[in-house]
Amino acid sequence: MVATDSPAAGGSLRYAFGGVLSFFILVLIGVLAFSIRLFSVIKYESVIHEFDPYFNYRVTQFLTKKGIYDFWNWFDDRTWYPLGRVIGGTVYPGLTLTAGTMWWLANSLNIPLSVETVCVFTAPVFSAFASWAAYLLTKEVKGPGAGLTAAALLAMVPSYISRSVAGSYDNEAVAIFALVNTFYLYVKTLNTGSLFYATLNAISYFYMVCSWGGYTFIINLIPMHVLLCIVTGRYSSRLYIAYAPLVVLGTLLAVLVPVVGFNAVMTSEHFASFLVFIILHVVALVHYIKGILSPRMFKVAVTLVLSVGIILCFAAVAILIAVVAASPTKGWSGRSLSLLDPTYASKYIPIIASVSEHQPPTWPSYFMDINVLAFLVPAGIIACFLPLSDASSFAVLYIVTSVYFSGVMVRLMLVLAPAACIMSGIALSEAFGALTGSIKFHLLASSDSQGNAGDATPVSVLPENGKAKTDKVEETTKERPSKKNRKKEKDVVEKASVSHRPENQRAEKKLWALPIEASVLGILLLVLLGAFYVIHCVWAAAEAYSAPSIVLTSRTHDGLHVFDDFREAYAWLSHNTEVDDKVASWWDYGYQTTAMANRTVIVDNNTWNNTHIATVGTAMSSPEKAAWEIFNSLDVKYVFVIFGGLVGYPSDDINKFLWMVRIGGGVFPHIKEPDYLRDGNYRIDSMATPTMLNSLMYKLSYYRFVETDGKGFDRVRQTEIGKKYFKLTHFEEVFTTHHWMVRIYKLKPPRNRIRGKAKKTKSKATTSSGSNTSPKTKKNPWQ
Amino acid sequence: MARSTGEDAQALIRSLRSAYAATPKNLKIIDLYVAFAVSTALIQVVYMALVGSFPFNSFLSGVLSCVGTAVLAVCLRIQLNKDNKEFKDLAPERAFADFVLCNLVLHLVIMNFLG
Repeated sequence: MVATDSPAAGGSLRYAFGGVLSFFILVLIGVLAFSIRLFSVIKYESVIHEFDPYFNYRVTQFLTKKGIYDFWNWFDDRTWYPLGRVIGGTVYPGLTLTAGTMWWLANSLNIPLSVETVCVFTAPVFSAFASWAAYLLTKEVKGPGAGLTAAALLAMVPSYISRSVAGSYDNEAVAIFALVNTFYLYVKTLNTGSLFYATLNAISYFYMVCSWGGYTFIINLIPMHVLLCIVTGRYSSRLYIAYAPLVVLGTLLAVLVPVVGFNAVMTSEHFASFLVFIILHVVALVHYIKGILSPRMFKVAVTLVLSVGIILCFAAVAILIAVVAASPTKGWSGRSLSLLDPTYASKYIPIIASVSEHQPPTWPSYFMDINVLAFLVPAGIIACFLPLSDASSFAVLYIVTSVYFSGVMVRLMLVLAPAACIMSGIALSEAFGALTGSIKFHLLASSDSQGNAGDATPVSVLPENGKAKTDKVEETTKERPSKKNRKKEKDVVEKASVSHRPENQRAEKKLWALPIEASVLGILLLVLLGAFYVIHCVWAAAEAYSAPSIVLTSRTHDGLHVFDDFREAYAWLSHNTEVDDKVASWWDYGYQTTAMANRTVIVDNNTWNNTHIATVGTAMSSPEKAAWEIFNSLDVKYVFVIFGGLVGYPSDDINKFLWMVRIGGGVFPHIKEPDYLRDGNYRIDSMATPTMLNSLMYKLSYYRFVETDGKGFDRVRQTEIGKKYFKLTHFEEVFTTHHWMVRIYKLKPPRNRIRGKAKKTKSKATTSSGSNTSPKTKKNPWQ
Repeated sequence: MARSTGEDAQALIRSLRSAYAATPKNLKIIDLYVAFAVSTALIQVVYMALVGSFPFNSFLSGVLSCVGTAVLAVCLRIQLNKDNKEFKDLAPERAFADFVLCNLVLHLVIMNFLG
């Protein structure tokens, strides 16, 4: 800036003040991100939610008790009985190591936090970090104003809140921070060309690989961007420095994580990075040779090389295709394939298809999860093209790919959230800039016409992204956007008039200045939009996403009812059964059972062994005797089912029964789905098929149900049940919770003595000579 | 046709050689280092093809360490090259310090993974 002394000092003071103000704004954004996620702690208690977090909690407990070496080598024999699970090699350690480190740090400073507290609050803390990382990333793409807006938006966006409330102790809690941080460091390296940031980028990528399986998104998006830059003619040496060290260091670091291991060099998910690595080297070589040769010689070189090179290329590609085509899934894993082809999972892998998070989202869920950002994103994309830089092309590529993936799987709306916030931050910042620039222009024009010839500082910032503001804006600011506005205002407080610039520039500005009333109205409406966004986010955080799902509440006319049946059941199990007893249930509840009831389970949420799950599914779908046989062969002592018919809880096992049949039928052909369907529907009323009425799931759910209201009316299915009065022959009920939501049964031991042929007289309880029982008559030895 | 291609190739090689001879000495040293690293990687791959790839982690760490140092050296060369407008205000000491840091991280990982 060329200026006289005092305005220069004033300018730097303004910048310093702006810097301090943006620091405080960032601190406030961090506090906002942390506190908006605390609704569940306030409404319920500081408890871990859902299913997967319980596994992570159990692993963290183990880590804090036994130390890292035992954690790394841990073989868990209390799940997937009798197979066990190698925890050290199959878990993403980032989250547990982070929480373990935080716990250890707090305890070494004599702050006595329990492991549970640290686990519950890990997610809000890291969401504050993620907002700061989003600020840094957007600052690299567009500027600090856009950065602050994007950070504020990310702190509150409902889709991120849904997976990172206090208590949701899952991989995404730290993974989103790692994702945004890695992207920030990549863009920073791209902008500065510094090898130092490239190193940091690789280390941040390592943290991401440790934390979440979604790291494959990064290792495919960045090569895609490099390819885009090469193809659009934006190759530069900074691109080489940004990408090449990342590939080498990143692959090495990824191979270090046990759960990834050699997959980092052998699966198709990573091939894109190697391919682009080679392409980048070719382009770099060409660029270098072009630099040192004269143009004529370069042409000669090109023709020579092309003729030879094409033959080599064909050979290499043919080898690669042969290798890849040799493997049945072409080298891709099942989960990745289901991302590329959304119908793949439903055809071939019913387990992946059955998880509700893996279904495609509905249109309303976009509005619920990213709200106002949904229509700010296109404006942001346009703003990224004016002007187009490497960083802004990266942002556009990020949003486009994440929109595609979020359309495939609702769980991946989470990856869309940071991209949407960045784009919307850019859009809002540009819009504000243009509108306030117009206002300022009009104000200055009107004051200029009054002959204002004062101190001219030809300072100027003909704002392409217009950061000029006036005091008028101060009155119209409210809430969150106001923080950003106020920072910019103070920034430019007594900015000297631009009116003393040469005439042609004035004419230029005149061209794009909007009328002043439109600008003011525009600003008002944008602020109102922001207000609606804030209201929606707070509502979503408080009402929709704060349910811990281990404790349910409902409001009736006589107050608040709390359904704590799950913990009641797990507590009963842990107090009334032996330590080594095996408990069987559907796989949803495995993690919670091992963590809270501390009993060995047969299958759990890891779902790594489809046959084992199919065995349990078959048992649940079979008649009592066959089910008893299956469970007895697995040494199971107790079986429990979740039943929501009494209180109207819709996610119970009868509603999940169709998956038990499908998965079981996928492995054991004697389970045929049409046997359970009447007119294509699963029914449990009087029109149900006999196979359904005899299945273990039906019997265990509805045993003695008719005693509750005399008619056996199931509140979830809204009908009366089909078979009301029956006895259980191979199982005995040992516990049913207060609202009948969890029903625990024990396997009856086989009788010592087998009855003889005299089954006609039921009163006879004595045995006949057991050896005379003919093997042909199929007697039930347990009657 | 073939004759002119042959002559073209010779002219090309000559002009490449003369252009390359004009590069400063420090860059030539870095180029030599890159060539050494790449040839070491190639030797390792040939050895693996002869002897088999067990233990795979050692092979991977060996090859990737060679490729990694080559890549980092190329980055250093890019940053030190006077012809590059983008890096003209980067002090060579800073470039070298970054190079050393990145190599440290790379070799720490290699040592860990070598087995």
